[in-house]
Amino acid sequence: MKRVAVFVLCLAGLALVLYPIVWLISASLTPVEDLVSNLRSLFPGRVTTDGYAGALEGAGGESFWTFLGNSTIVASGAVVGNVVSCSLAAYAFARLRFRLSGPLFAFALVTIMLPAHVTLIPQYVVFQQLEMIDTFVPLILPKLLATDAFFVFLMVQFMRGIPYELDEAAKIDGCGPIRNFRYVVLPLSQPAMVTTAIFTFIWTWNDFFSQLIYLSSTENYTIPMGLRLFIDQTSSSSYGPMFAMSVLSLVPIGLFFLAFQRFLVAGVATTGLKG
Amino acid sequence: MVLAERVSPAPVRSVAEGAPPRRPKNSQGVAYLFLGPWLLGAIGLTVAPMVVSLYLSFTDYDLFNSPQWVGLDNYAKLFGDDPRYLDSVVVTLKYVVWSVPLKLVLALAVALLLNSLRGKGQAFFRSAFYAPSLLGASVGLALAWRAIFDTWVDTPDYALITIVLLSAWQFGAPMVIFLAGLQQIPRDLFDAAAVDGAGWWRRLWSITLPMLSPVLFFNLVLETIHAFQAFTQAFVVSGGRGGPADSTLFYTLYLYERGFTEFRMGYASAMAWVLLVAIALITAVLFRTSRYWVFYGDER
Repeated sequence: MKRVAVFVLCLAGLALVLYPIVWLISASLTPVEDLVSNLRSLFPGRVTTDGYAGALEGAGGESFWTFLGNSTIVASGAVVGNVVSCSLAAYAFARLRFRLSGPLFAFALVTIMLPAHVTLIPQYVVFQQLEMIDTFVPLILPKLLATDAFFVFLMVQFMRGIPYELDEAAKIDGCGPIRNFRYVVLPLSQPAMVTTAIFTFIWTWNDFFSQLIYLSSTENYTIPMGLRLFIDQTSSSSYGPMFAMSVLSLVPIGLFFLAFQRFLVAGVATTGLKG
Repeated sequence: MVLAERVSPAPVRSVAEGAPPRRPKNSQGVAYLFLGPWLLGAIGLTVAPMVVSLYLSFTDYDLFNSPQWVGLDNYAKLFGDDPRYLDSVVVTLKYVVWSVPLKLVLALAVALLLNSLRGKGQAFFRSAFYAPSLLGASVGLALAWRAIFDTWVDTPDYALITIVLLSAWQFGAPMVIFLAGLQQIPRDLFDAAAVDGAGWWRRLWSITLPMLSPVLFFNLVLETIHAFQAFTQAFVVSGGRGGPADSTLFYTLYLYERGFTEFRMGYASAMAWVLLVAIALITAVLFRTSRYWVFYGDER
C-alpha cells in the first residue's frame, strides 16, 4: 500500500516536471493562430509542421543547418580539448610525484569556484587584439588548455582509484611515465573520459554567455545564438519556427541523455557535477 | 582544496596527504610535460587575466583607447552613484535567497521519496527527474518557459518568480547527489532507532538530516555559487534587458550590459571583482557556520 502511494506520488511529480517539455513539443506542432488564441492548451486541435519548415529556414538570413554546423564544430572542439588536456593534467596530479603537486592541485580546485567574469574581460581584450573575435578560437582554445578544471578534478579522482601496483608492473616491464599513461592508465580511465566528453558536449551545446560575447556575425552563430534572434521579435508570427527550433536544439541533448544516462547520473552522484 | 576535501560526497582521498606511497620516482620533468597545457591555461587564461582585470577595475577603458587610471572611482560609483547597480545587487540576492533553498528542499524531498523505491523504479525516476537539469540551462527551454509564463513575465512583481521557478525546476542534479548520500547512511542506525520506537519524523530529524548534512552543505555551497552567476535564463526570459522595470536585472546581466554593449570595460571589471569578493565572503561564511550544523563521519 505504501509502495503504491510512493509510486503514484512519483508519477504525479513526473507529470509536473515533464510538463514544460511536453508543452514545448506540442507548441512547436500547433498552428500559430491557435497558439495565439490559446497558449496553454496542451493538445492542439490541429497539427502542423509549418513551424519546423520555418525553423529549418533559420533566422537572420542563415539556415538552421549553418547554426547546427557551427554548434557541432564548437561542441566537438570543446570535447576533444577537454578530454585530451584534462586527462594529461589529471595523470600528472594523480600518478606522478613532483615538487609543486600539492599547491598546484589546490590552485586547480580553487579555479573551479572562480566566477568566469573576473577573467572574461582581459581574455576578450587579448582575443580582440589577436583579431579572433567572431571566430571559434576563443570558444575552443580554453578547453585545449584545460581551463575547465572541474574535469581535471573528476579524472584525478578516478585515476587515483586505479591500483598503483599496475604502475609498478609497467615500470618493471620497462615503461616510463609516458607509456604508462598511454597503455595502462588511459585505457583504464575510459569511464571518466566518457563522462567528461558527455558533460562537455552538453554544457557547450547549451552554453550561451561566451557565444553571445564572442560571436558577432550571423554566419558564425551557433544554435543558442540563432534562437536568440527570436528573443527580440515580439510578433507572435515567429512562434512556430521559434518553438520548433527550440525543440530541434534540445534533440541532441535528449539523445545523449537517453544513451548515456547511466554515466551522467553516476558522474553527478560521485563528483557533485553541477549538471 | 579544502572545499573539495571536506564537502565532496564521494570518498575523496585527501588532497593534503599528497603523493600516494608508491608513485614512480624521478618524474619531475615528465610531470610538467603532462601539466603543460593546463599550466599554460592556468597562467595565461586565469592568473594573468585576473591581475589585468583587477588593474582595469581602477581605470576607464573602452577597448579602443588605452586605459586611463581613475583610482577607486569605479568602485565609488558602483556603491554611491549607480542606482541600477544597487538594483541588480538586490535582484540577484533575492534570486539567490529564493531559488537556492527552494531547489534544495525540492531536491531533498524527491530524493527521500525515491529512496523508498527500489531497483528499476528508482533508477527510472532518478533519470527522469534529472533530465530538466540538462535541458533547463538551454536557451530553447527558457524560451518555452517565457511563453508558458507569458502573463507573469510582463509583470515586475512576478517576472523574477518565473526565473526562480525555472531554477527550482532543475532540482535534479542536487537530488541525485542527495540520493547517493542517503544510500550511504548505514541501515543499522534506522533499525536501532525503530527498536527505540522512533517514528518517521524523528528518524528524519535525528538520523537522516545529520548524516546527510555534509552532502547538504556541499549542495548549498555549490548552488549558491552558481546562483550568483545565473545569466542565460534571466537573459532569455527578460528579453535580454533585465525587464520589466529592471525587475530581472541580474548582476551578470548588468555586467554584460556595461561591458559588452556600452564597452565600459573598467567599470565591468570592477563589477566582476566585487562579485568575486562577494562569492568568496559568502562561501567563507557558509564554511564558518558549517561547524555548527554539519556532522562529518569521523565525529560519530
